[in-house]
Amino acid sequence: MANIRTMSFDAVIVGGGGSGMRAALQLAQSGYKTAVITKVFPTRSHTVSAQGGITCAIASDDPNDQWQWHMYDTIKGSDYIGDQEAIEYMCQTGPEAIFELEHMGLPFSRTEEGRIYQRPFGGQSKDFGKGGQAARTCAAADRTGHALLHTLYQGNLKNETTFLNEWFAVDIVKNADNAVVGVVALNIETGETVYVKSKATVFATGGAGRIYASTTNAHICTGDGIGMALRAGFPVQDIEMWQFHPTGIHGAGTLVTEGCRGEGGYLINKDGERFMERYAPNAKDLAGRDVVARSMVLEILEGRGCGPDGDHVYLKLDHLGEETLNAKLPGILELSRTFAHADPVKEPIPVVPTCHYMMGGIPTNVDGQALTIDKEGNDQVIEGFYACGEAACVSVHGANRLGGNSLLDLVVFGRASGMFIEKQLREGINLKDASEADIEAAMAGLNRLNGSSDGEKASDLRTELQTIMQNYFGVFRRGDYMQEGIKKLEELRPRIENVALDDKSNAFNTSRIEALELQNLLEVAEATAITAEARTESRGAHARDDFKERDDENWLCHSVFFPAEKRVGKRGVNFTLKTREAFEPQVRTY
Amino acid sequence: MLNVSIYRYNPEVDAEPYMQDFKVDTQGKDLMVLDVLEKLKAEDPTLVFRRSCREGVCGSDGMNISGKNGLACVTPLSEAVKKNKLVVRPLPGLPVIRDLVIDMSQFYAQYEKIQPYMINNSPAPAIERLQSPEERAKLDGLYECILCACCSTACPSFWWNPDKFIGPSGLLQAYRFLADSRDTATEERLANLDDPFSVFRCHGIMNCVQVCPKGLNPTKAIGHIRNMLINSAT
Repeated sequence: MANIRTMSFDAVIVGGGGSGMRAALQLAQSGYKTAVITKVFPTRSHTVSAQGGITCAIASDDPNDQWQWHMYDTIKGSDYIGDQEAIEYMCQTGPEAIFELEHMGLPFSRTEEGRIYQRPFGGQSKDFGKGGQAARTCAAADRTGHALLHTLYQGNLKNETTFLNEWFAVDIVKNADNAVVGVVALNIETGETVYVKSKATVFATGGAGRIYASTTNAHICTGDGIGMALRAGFPVQDIEMWQFHPTGIHGAGTLVTEGCRGEGGYLINKDGERFMERYAPNAKDLAGRDVVARSMVLEILEGRGCGPDGDHVYLKLDHLGEETLNAKLPGILELSRTFAHADPVKEPIPVVPTCHYMMGGIPTNVDGQALTIDKEGNDQVIEGFYACGEAACVSVHGANRLGGNSLLDLVVFGRASGMFIEKQLREGINLKDASEADIEAAMAGLNRLNGSSDGEKASDLRTELQTIMQNYFGVFRRGDYMQEGIKKLEELRPRIENVALDDKSNAFNTSRIEALELQNLLEVAEATAITAEARTESRGAHARDDFKERDDENWLCHSVFFPAEKRVGKRGVNFTLKTREAFEPQVRTY
Repeated sequence: MLNVSIYRYNPEVDAEPYMQDFKVDTQGKDLMVLDVLEKLKAEDPTLVFRRSCREGVCGSDGMNISGKNGLACVTPLSEAVKKNKLVVRPLPGLPVIRDLVIDMSQFYAQYEKIQPYMINNSPAPAIERLQSPEERAKLDGLYECILCACCSTACPSFWWNPDKFIGPSGLLQAYRFLADSRDTATEERLANLDDPFSVFRCHGIMNCVQVCPKGLNPTKAIGHIRNMLINSAT
């Protein structure tokens, strides 16, 4: 049965979004045989939807800007469970990574001086929170993700990276030492299954926002990397931490960038009141995303929501004037007119907090090496296995990501992973070959699916899963609700494992892909649910009605979910900075 | 009930393509065409189409909707339905893999031909290369291309010579780099385009402009390239 074709590479990157293509570029530039496995053509990856920008202290808007201030903001934003060493690395290396992108041709917007245009975003400050609002987010109008992703694809074309476009990675292949030695992948166009063998396997598989019914995420954000890692028995970290973006378009879920508020837009309730002044007197609409999202939900719950059902609020932009809107936020005008039937030049956009970003993921060190925890509680590197971007938890976002930091995370840690693997390849990587049985093990799930004879429809099961997550694990959480949600997921598991695949054809069979994606969604949802229930405090995006306070005594730590026992463990947060003393946890106000 | 007619072809089952009729209950809502396809796929999982962002920026779901190329996710029924009927076919002119999914290799090959990346061999500065807002403004209307192929597959010249004519999308990108003040390979780029087919097969039909879901104007960009080619020859 395991008699399938093998393709061999020095490095295989699973995922063709920002972090994957940045890692691939690094490796292709140094001449290593590198392949990107991507289930969609690379420029269709979800990075393309990023709008507002990439936050980085390049000192364009303010010549005295310092990366240390960005570091402070990010640590505070993370509610102090972001790893300070990783945040320091990201903020310090960031400018170099941004300038590289610019040199590759990224069409950033410009200032009069010809430098990269930067706009204010939420949670940004000068002088360690004491110097007022900073403008630190580098932007290409409101299409920064699109510009970045296309530039990276172009860079990879120039450097002749091998792309396995419209290939779907099914499961991880592990050798006798439990090291990762590639993946089993499916060519979507032909249906052929191949063992893609590699000395280094990088998961850059992005997020999983599709576990929720209402999300800004693309259809393809199904947590495939997280699902594969969990099925392989590897742990995930801080997976209960899901960011709800304050401004998803009501009904459609499509994202409206925080850059709208950065450019001077603000939220109003049904009375026309700018309510964020009450919740965050200093930063107002530019407080952390978790803070703004919760404030919006409270407004709605207390009867001050807008619309006939009072179930959303408004984002007001018309006071900025048509000229500014056309120049700075052209994509938002287009999206609002299309999906909200509202022209922001004249009327406000109906918005509601919408699932946006997975702060958790595969735990890694700064070099992108995936980690597990041994019996003594020590970090242990998983040989051959790396992760970067949204799929990874390095962790620079902790319990709440700041706007504009995801694109920086992608390029900085895509690059860092690539550089580290380059070094390892130079020094020589020797992993045992996978046996027939090892490959067979990675084929098991697919074989079972291909043999399915009854079962329920993937689309029905997916809707059920998304509804459970939306109802029991949303912006506000409560222990008894979550326990009920966990039970419902338990009931759902055998049904999803037995999902129907009536169409057994090979040519571009998207039913098969959707069934596999559904199984990945389930893994992410279950890990989220169990971990969320276990974290008995409120921190960052994780807000509990039954544990309203942050509990530093017990929970100033990462959660680690171990799939085999479905157990939640703890892992220490890194508080070791190279350049200064660490930032001690403070009460977080904006 | 909305009448929907969809192009079907599964190479493993069907001897030839056919149009299949469905009825969809839209509950009176002005859904996007993609929403209708998702509803149909829930009923008939064998229906195949590409989709990703569902907001018009990834370019996955280009298709021919009631006779006009466009993105299913941002085309509302109110624009696409005529006499209570929606007709969906794959983008024309390229081989069909299955149902609404076409083989885009030829389209991508033309994109790769124009060297779609910045060329500037001078040593990079320690910061960004400076560019004035006016210079940067020249890239507006060019860099936003999402490679959905709606334009090139609406172009008769591309249908006749898909291997030799770059097509509107590729040429728009060619001009995106020619117009960039940071790119230094203008001569090389023009030399690569200077043959009877690459650019000059454009006959100004402007189907590309009519269908571009991002409101871009490849014909105008092609005009600029023509002028550059003519000027560089004299």
